[in-house]
Amino acid sequence: MSLLTSLARLRALDEGIAQPVATVRHCHLSARPMVFVPLRLSGEAAAPLAAMLGDDRDRPRLLVVPQPRNRDLRFAWAAELAGVLLPYVESFTADTETVERRGGDPYERALDAPQLVVPNTGGVAFTRLLGRSTRFRRADGPYPVPESVPLLGRWLTYFAERAAYPGSSLTLAATEELGRHWASGQSGLEDGNLASLVAWITEGPREEAEDPLVWPPAGPATDPGFDAEVLAPAIDSGSAERVTEALRTQLAPTWRLMWQALDLLAGLEPGASVAQRWEQDRASFSAMAESVAEGGPPQPRRDGAVAAAARLARMERAQAAYEVQRAYDDPLVMAEYRLTGEAFAGEVVETVPDNAEGEGRSRKLRPLVVIKTDDPVLLPPGTALGTPERRAQGGELVEAHEGLVTVKITKGMGRGKTAAPGTVPDVGERVCYTSLTGDFQGSPGLPDAEATPWTHGGPPQQYVPDDEDAQEEWS
Amino acid sequence: MSGLKREGDPAHRLDALRGTTPPRPHDARAIAALAANPGCARRALMDGAGLDKDAAARHLGFPAPFGQSPFAITRGNAFEALVKADGCAELLRMLRELLRLPVAEVAYHDVENVGENADARSGAHLRHAHTRSLIDRAARGEDDAGTLYDHPLLALTIAGHTAFLEPDVVAFQLGGRFHIVEIKSFAVIDGQAEPSAAAAAARQAAVYVLALRTLLEELGHDPLRVSHDVVLVCPENFANRPVATLVDVRRQLAVLRRQLARMTTLDRLMAGLPEDLTFDLRPGEDGRPTRPVAELADAVRRTTARYAPDCLSTCDLCFFCRDEARQEGASDLLGRQVRDELGGVASVAEALGLADGSRDPAEGQEEIARLLRNAERLRRECLGSV
Repeated sequence: MSLLTSLARLRALDEGIAQPVATVRHCHLSARPMVFVPLRLSGEAAAPLAAMLGDDRDRPRLLVVPQPRNRDLRFAWAAELAGVLLPYVESFTADTETVERRGGDPYERALDAPQLVVPNTGGVAFTRLLGRSTRFRRADGPYPVPESVPLLGRWLTYFAERAAYPGSSLTLAATEELGRHWASGQSGLEDGNLASLVAWITEGPREEAEDPLVWPPAGPATDPGFDAEVLAPAIDSGSAERVTEALRTQLAPTWRLMWQALDLLAGLEPGASVAQRWEQDRASFSAMAESVAEGGPPQPRRDGAVAAAARLARMERAQAAYEVQRAYDDPLVMAEYRLTGEAFAGEVVETVPDNAEGEGRSRKLRPLVVIKTDDPVLLPPGTALGTPERRAQGGELVEAHEGLVTVKITKGMGRGKTAAPGTVPDVGERVCYTSLTGDFQGSPGLPDAEATPWTHGGPPQQYVPDDEDAQEEWS
Repeated sequence: MSGLKREGDPAHRLDALRGTTPPRPHDARAIAALAANPGCARRALMDGAGLDKDAAARHLGFPAPFGQSPFAITRGNAFEALVKADGCAELLRMLRELLRLPVAEVAYHDVENVGENADARSGAHLRHAHTRSLIDRAARGEDDAGTLYDHPLLALTIAGHTAFLEPDVVAFQLGGRFHIVEIKSFAVIDGQAEPSAAAAAARQAAVYVLALRTLLEELGHDPLRVSHDVVLVCPENFANRPVATLVDVRRQLAVLRRQLARMTTLDRLMAGLPEDLTFDLRPGEDGRPTRPVAELADAVRRTTARYAPDCLSTCDLCFFCRDEARQEGASDLLGRQVRDELGGVASVAEALGLADGSRDPAEGQEEIARLLRNAERLRRECLGSV
């Protein structure tokens, strides 16, 4: 969090309503999101209690485990969940486009991809554990489960992994996305309460948002009072209907909040790079769908050394790219970099469009632009610069002195003797330059998994599904 | 600070703060939380007096947001029973493997029922005395066999006063070396547990290690005979089968020691309070508090709290203090990160005044004022109006 966000929080507290910290939306919103609100039995790692889910706000599906301690009922519940989730996921695999790759074979990419929306980070964590507890099961052998259960486990695992991937929109946690776009007048800890955060954004703080009797927790944990006074007696009564209705009262309010949160996000225009990131999501989804179709093994319990290093490098690059893209897409995010002196914006007061360096054949066009800015510029001369106004352009800082900054354009002004029209900003135009650029270090060269050095445990053992995995207790 | 000399010893004064409300013993969770916010005088005083903060918060109209589900309690108890069944047979198997010790057989002492007929305070003293003599005998190596002590009652000096700890824990001794064993019912899945749960368990275990070391030291033994490696017993994966892990709590121990040393002693805190101040709830015959709420609230406000959003997960009084912080317009409400970012500007109005230029920076505030003004200018520019 930056001082800019802190100021927004102070303002929100003072005015009694959340303040924007973004001017555009930084996540993709599906036309058909799968909203998923799971509940877990208290005290258990991953014992499902219920879930409300669906892609139609008027027709939520409620799945309940009427006796949460019964293992067979849990797997029956998982099969029911698979019955809703898998057809949804598979509905996106049919329509694809062929993508040419430089230096590789063309591949098929889905035109659209599924989007799982959970209430909070707890929802993501529970999704991962549900995936972990189901993906190693088998449809044959000593403790058979319905065929769809292990498949469900692999997809849930995939969705949970994508939630951790910077900039991915395949899995969204509602509180996280809202928090990226609005600053409430409460602490980050309290923002984890969906009801409270939505209240701050829409009408201001409300005491009852924290009252579990008015707004039950958005899961996966249930309210202890509800457990003691309603749920335990209902389970003891043995009436599945009573348990179902009790859990409906806990899930329905969150269900409405989830769609309200999506509506709030939909009210913002998408940022310019959102479509590009969604394209990567679609490619990732297609790769996962292909791996499933080809009968690949479930995701391992833990990554091997090489796979872990590769994943980390991928995520670091994605994080860096996401930060740059957000700043380029959104002046309010860029303002954070202007505040710390890594970017500056202002009005063009002078230009030398035909400035050149060198003579004869080595003569290079290097137009100069002088910008008047109020921002503190802390960048040294020679810093490579980019600009959101002309994304293909590259520049270099020549000097910064008393609010006047001279920038030399080094890239993206055409090949002619003079700069192509429109590539050099006109006097009077407002521009922004930043040292934040999309040039990253390439990924490190990693050995193949089979060549993992002994320092890293040697080649990892190939995963072979065994009976023990499939029989693992789920009590 | 008042120049008046006060009569009576501090323990007496603490009893007066609690009044007729029955005392509530400390647990390690409370001490770990206290160490997490050592600057909070309100909490230090109330805990020092052994006041039931939960009851006080309830009476003040700000009941704590905690509660434990009966399912979680059942599961926790069932798991503990499983680990301790047949004289801790399962636990012993795990200890053998984990510590690579040739434990042939063990003696098992449960201290829980000692002194149960006495009243709360003298009962605690009895149990503590019993624990002391057991540990002393073990440390002298009078019997060579391994020994498990269930529910030992330990004591720790908090801010100049003795607090008894009721650990739900086992101390394991073999050949004069001690290990703290903590049984928790959160799951370890593929070798990983939920980080916040594991961190809390380590903090609590550090309190026990420190208390046991203190005890050994008092008895004239080497305190380092209590290992800094605690044994954490949790269910493995999704089953009920226990798995034991060694957790190094040296870092938590260092933090705890530093915080306890830094804590203002209660005597000094009490010296600044009015003579007649009490947090007494005046329970009636049915145990329900009868003291007028406004009067109690007034008494509580006489002590200074240091609210932070982290309190919401650790302190019973959190909603009361949060409400107070709201009324004062304190920037503490937004969390430590915001407070740190503001570099000592304590109130919301002050920070906003510095940002929009309607307030001149005090000495030492020039830098933060410049940053805030810049931030305000950028927000206005980007949002068009405001």
